[in-house]
Amino acid sequence: MDTLASLGDGFAIALTWQNLLLALLGCFLGTIMGALPGLGPSNGVAILIPLAFTLGLDATAALILLTSVYYGAMYGGRISSILLNIPGDEPAMMTCLDGYPMAQAGRAGEALALSGIASFVGAFLATWGLILLAPQLVKIALLFGPAEYFALFALAFATLGGVSSTNQAKSAFAAMLGLGLAMIGVDSQTGVPRFTFGEVHLYDGLDFLVAIVGLFALSEVFVFLEHRHGNADAQGKKMVIGRLTPSWSLIRSCTPTMLRTSVLGFLAGVLPGAGASLGSFISYSLEKKLVDKDNTFGKGDPRGVAAPEAGNNAAAGGALVPMLALGVPGSGTTAVLLAVLLSLNITPGPLLFSQNPDVVWGLIAALFIANFMLLAMNIPMVGLFTRVLLVPPRVLMPVVAMVSFVGIYGISGSSFDLMVMVGFGVLGWLLRKFDVPLVPVILGTLLGNAMESNLRRAVTISDGDWWTLVDSPLALTLWAIAAVGFILPLIFGRMVKSKMQREDESSLAD
Amino acid sequence: MSDRIFGVVGLLLAAGYIWAALLIEESFLSDAVGPKTFPIIIAAILALASIAIILRPDAEPEWPTLGRLAEIAAAAVVMILYAQLLPEIGFVIATALAAAYLTWRLGSGLVGTVLTGVGTSVGIYVVFHLVLGLSLARGPLGF
Repeated sequence: MDTLASLGDGFAIALTWQNLLLALLGCFLGTIMGALPGLGPSNGVAILIPLAFTLGLDATAALILLTSVYYGAMYGGRISSILLNIPGDEPAMMTCLDGYPMAQAGRAGEALALSGIASFVGAFLATWGLILLAPQLVKIALLFGPAEYFALFALAFATLGGVSSTNQAKSAFAAMLGLGLAMIGVDSQTGVPRFTFGEVHLYDGLDFLVAIVGLFALSEVFVFLEHRHGNADAQGKKMVIGRLTPSWSLIRSCTPTMLRTSVLGFLAGVLPGAGASLGSFISYSLEKKLVDKDNTFGKGDPRGVAAPEAGNNAAAGGALVPMLALGVPGSGTTAVLLAVLLSLNITPGPLLFSQNPDVVWGLIAALFIANFMLLAMNIPMVGLFTRVLLVPPRVLMPVVAMVSFVGIYGISGSSFDLMVMVGFGVLGWLLRKFDVPLVPVILGTLLGNAMESNLRRAVTISDGDWWTLVDSPLALTLWAIAAVGFILPLIFGRMVKSKMQREDESSLAD
Repeated sequence: MSDRIFGVVGLLLAAGYIWAALLIEESFLSDAVGPKTFPIIIAAILALASIAIILRPDAEPEWPTLGRLAEIAAAAVVMILYAQLLPEIGFVIATALAAAYLTWRLGSGLVGTVLTGVGTSVGIYVVFHLVLGLSLARGPLGF
């Protein structure tokens, strides 16, 4: 009952004209960014952060705008998957497998509409999951002391590499790189400068927004420059969209698939480090095992379109659970959202639910509203978004770069920050070349200081005894999960990832 | 081979990091852990990860040709120049030049280059400065 009352309060907050307008704007921009190859949820949200600050939005409004972009991008990713066989973002990869064959068979409209409905079902159920699961997680998190928090952060880093990278050593490298960058600046507990090399600009530490925009948005520009990939892939291709309304029987036949994969995707999203890509991948593979009796998957089976879309949208909702309840994001985009909250002086975690219930419930209510907006936007208006695909990267990429610069300059007004951002852009490009995941770097710069201060608090409370870190059953459990989460992918990770790539390549081959 | 070099660079980075950590001046009012310990732990794990990368390198990444590398370096230089010149020549001119450079290198023709450069710059100026009121760098001409 409590939950429903809080949700009611949330709707009261979300249903103001300003917030509705922001949700609408976020959904629209998000769908466009999701649809454009080269812009995904994480860099889409990253380049819009400055916009949220410029508008002078409070925390609730800023979050509503940016999570609408997040949900919108998850919806939008499917459009180019289906029409062009190029995933608009990574989680939409699996949608190519059956979406493109459907489009080739002249059923593009049906595929778009069906995947829109599947996205809605996934996101809608996941938002309910968020409501039910997050408060439970908060109850556990309230028992956490500094030692448990330290273990929790370690867990996040240990599991983050998991499936997102084939090489655990590289994800550990990335996490340590991020943590190391976070150490730059004046030590908050003793006041001594660290790793500043006498540069005054560094005394405040590196602004993680600068790091995020550089690593995600600018590195994308460099990737396009490297391949001189300046022309839209849509050019010269005219796709017949066909009827936009799927028949009831089609929806009905896909309903069990959508429900199953929503649950699966949500669980994948909650797990730290798994995220939406894994959500859509396991959803697709499980459905294929379960219902693909006539071997139609991969040849334009509607259920093969519904499964990954419900899965990845549910995972997007699931990923919000650990971010809000524990303050530990499980995916790149939620890490970016965490950065926004931190910059607004709001620390997510169990206390957020008691101290800023308006932020949490307003956000959740806004997610419901955004979902309905997205459904309305994505089915009748999908034609509009397909036209966006015609914008060639040679026009798009300079705009992305310049908006990134403007945003960072607008926040800090300092040329030094812009130079640091260019540095992060080049670093991001290099790391991508070496197949080093970027998300742990971001998470490290975000969480580094909190992680260190929890460690120091824990050890100081116990008078310098380091064993305090493994002194409680809760902490031991967290360490155990961390160890398993780090070691399991060493055994299975390569398998899953190589399978993912194989499926993807076979889809591109034909 | 690339991964091995990457690992060696990682090891050097870890060593440099530990060296810099040891140089941190401790204040007399320090807690039980102190400001050096956590950075040293980080560097130690960084070193371990680098060693693992050296021992089990991945397949060689596909490196771009020298020309493409120069392309990326040139773009980075243009962006750094942009950061430096922004307060000097003002937002609109600097942005138009930088955007024009990027779109030219991505393969726009002459007309496209000019249009994209000016369009990006003026468009951002109108949306972010005139509509949203963000303060952008003001040059000698007032914009």
